[in-house]
Amino acid sequence: MDGDGLRLNMNGLDYLILALYFVTVLGVGFAARRAIRTSVDFFLSGRSLPAWVTGLAFVSANLGALEIIGMAANGAQYGVMTVHYYWIGAVPAMVFLGIVMMPFYYGSKVRSVPEYLRLRFNRPTHLLNAISFAVAQVLIAGVNLYALALVMQALLGWPLWTAIVVGAAIVLAYITIGGLSGAIYNEVLQFFVILAGLIPVTVIGLVKVGGWNGLMDAVGDTKLGEAGLHAWQDTGSTANPLGAHWIGIVFGLGFVLSFGYWTTNFAEVQRALSAKNMSAARRTPIIAAYPKLFIPLVTVIPGLVALVTVKGLGAESGDLQYNNAIPLLMRDLLPNGVLGVAVTGLLASFMAGMAANVSGFNTVFTYDIWQAYIRRDRSDEYYLRVGRWATVAAVVIGIGTAFIAAGFSNIMNYIQALFSVFNAPLFATFIIGMFWKRMTALAGFWSLLLGTLVSLSLYLLYKGGVIDFNSDLEESFWGAGLAFVTAVVVAAIVTPLTSPKRDEELRGLVYGMGGVDLKGDVLAGDAAWYRSPVLLGLIAVALAALFYIPVF
Amino acid sequence: MSNDGQPAQDPLIDEAQAEQRRSAAARLFDIRRVIGGLFVAYGVIVTLIGVFDSRAEIDKAEGVRINLWAGLTMLVFGLLMLLWQWWRPAEAPAPNEQQPDA
Repeated sequence: MDGDGLRLNMNGLDYLILALYFVTVLGVGFAARRAIRTSVDFFLSGRSLPAWVTGLAFVSANLGALEIIGMAANGAQYGVMTVHYYWIGAVPAMVFLGIVMMPFYYGSKVRSVPEYLRLRFNRPTHLLNAISFAVAQVLIAGVNLYALALVMQALLGWPLWTAIVVGAAIVLAYITIGGLSGAIYNEVLQFFVILAGLIPVTVIGLVKVGGWNGLMDAVGDTKLGEAGLHAWQDTGSTANPLGAHWIGIVFGLGFVLSFGYWTTNFAEVQRALSAKNMSAARRTPIIAAYPKLFIPLVTVIPGLVALVTVKGLGAESGDLQYNNAIPLLMRDLLPNGVLGVAVTGLLASFMAGMAANVSGFNTVFTYDIWQAYIRRDRSDEYYLRVGRWATVAAVVIGIGTAFIAAGFSNIMNYIQALFSVFNAPLFATFIIGMFWKRMTALAGFWSLLLGTLVSLSLYLLYKGGVIDFNSDLEESFWGAGLAFVTAVVVAAIVTPLTSPKRDEELRGLVYGMGGVDLKGDVLAGDAAWYRSPVLLGLIAVALAALFYIPVF
Repeated sequence: MSNDGQPAQDPLIDEAQAEQRRSAAARLFDIRRVIGGLFVAYGVIVTLIGVFDSRAEIDKAEGVRINLWAGLTMLVFGLLMLLWQWWRPAEAPAPNEQQPDA
């Protein structure tokens, strides 16, 4: 490896803070065990959680390693434009999920996102999506695990395989024992620990560069220059740090990529399905949108601070890669004590990401593959056991894929990009199916399959050097957009040629067919105006727009 | 009570819904206690470290007594979580939400 350049000077008290965290996380898993008796308790927390818990878990499930490390790296590399990933690339989609789509997901009582496809379309569509989701989750879990091990190796000097096994064992223990409640409760805890770790780095970083104004002046003098301080200014062409036109940002990132990820990714949606009633389920992604608005403060700002203060940042390899922006600042600025908290926060983020993948996998594997196609009509206890074994299998396969990822330095980026491309045709199929009752089961299947094949081929042609794009990002905009259009066209052609489903089969699944009850299970307090999903959602979108003003 | 009626039926989902009667979810503990507890512990540890920080450590953090400030903030946050739980304990969930149309 690259030597000891990143090694942190952790002392006994730092390790005490880290150990305290590990013990707490395991304790939460054990304590959640007594609340599990049925399979729904295990996979969906018995649909009993309050909105603030599911909302914070929703945002935490996305705060994985690749997110924190990656967004700070983007901050250093592309500057303020990185905020697009949050304000236009996440918040609107989260609000849309809560206001428009959640009534169909939660109201139909489906237990997973693929299961919605089984009810709305047919079993082939369902199986296709269930298998691709399951495979994606174990691969991404492996990538998260590998990234966790890399950080532990660089910062703490742990051997790679020790770090992989320790990280995997902890996640395995708390999910196998505590089920989704164990995962979600830990995600809420992780959310706060991650913030407690990142805020001190940001604050001291800002002090070092002379506050916000000092940072702005200093960034102007770096290789990023003045362009690094504006989100929209130069987007009339692609001559900006991100290399993206505003049309690409709005439609590619803001619409197809982000709606594809946030609204159909079961690892996220599962958190909302575990909420205690319809109102709480709808508020889940919207409550998550508020922290999401502010997270760039603790990722993009440290990225910029690192760009200004760390000489030579942005090397192709070695310790000075952009990805090390946050670890480098931790090394340079944090004394023992907050250093321990920051390391704990970083490890917490890796675990949150991996736990989301694993808990999404075990549910889809058990309900959508095992129960639907392999062993039907067994007792509920049987499926609960299958779920526990599926968790073990997911983590073991995750360890395997972590070692595969270790062998290919770039494979993690490829896998990540690849599966972001899978989401676009899925979103297209969902959104047409939800709003066009005439769309037939066969149309659903062919839309999903052909849309996926188109985006996959474009990706492989790009990687094979047959087709050229300015950047990976530009390829993913085009791949997602093309897949979306393909799915729409296929649906429009196949639907008139095949026979539709009967109206009563679509109740609660399709807009305008009835069967969705928004008020049926409300609790006394849910009628308060500040718990209105629509109002909360609109405020979040308005804030996202306002936040752009100072960095236009 | 809506006039929308019930969503479409599915045997697998109905089975899972029927099992909900046995659900033990009501026995789940309150996460606020754990968050509060961990942050109070972190707050105490980091504040104490901050009280005894040497000049070198304060200089490393650009002259900010970051351990002291971060420790006190975490302590207050932890206490607020515990206070919130004490102030507004989790409402006991409805005994059974599976009752046919109340």
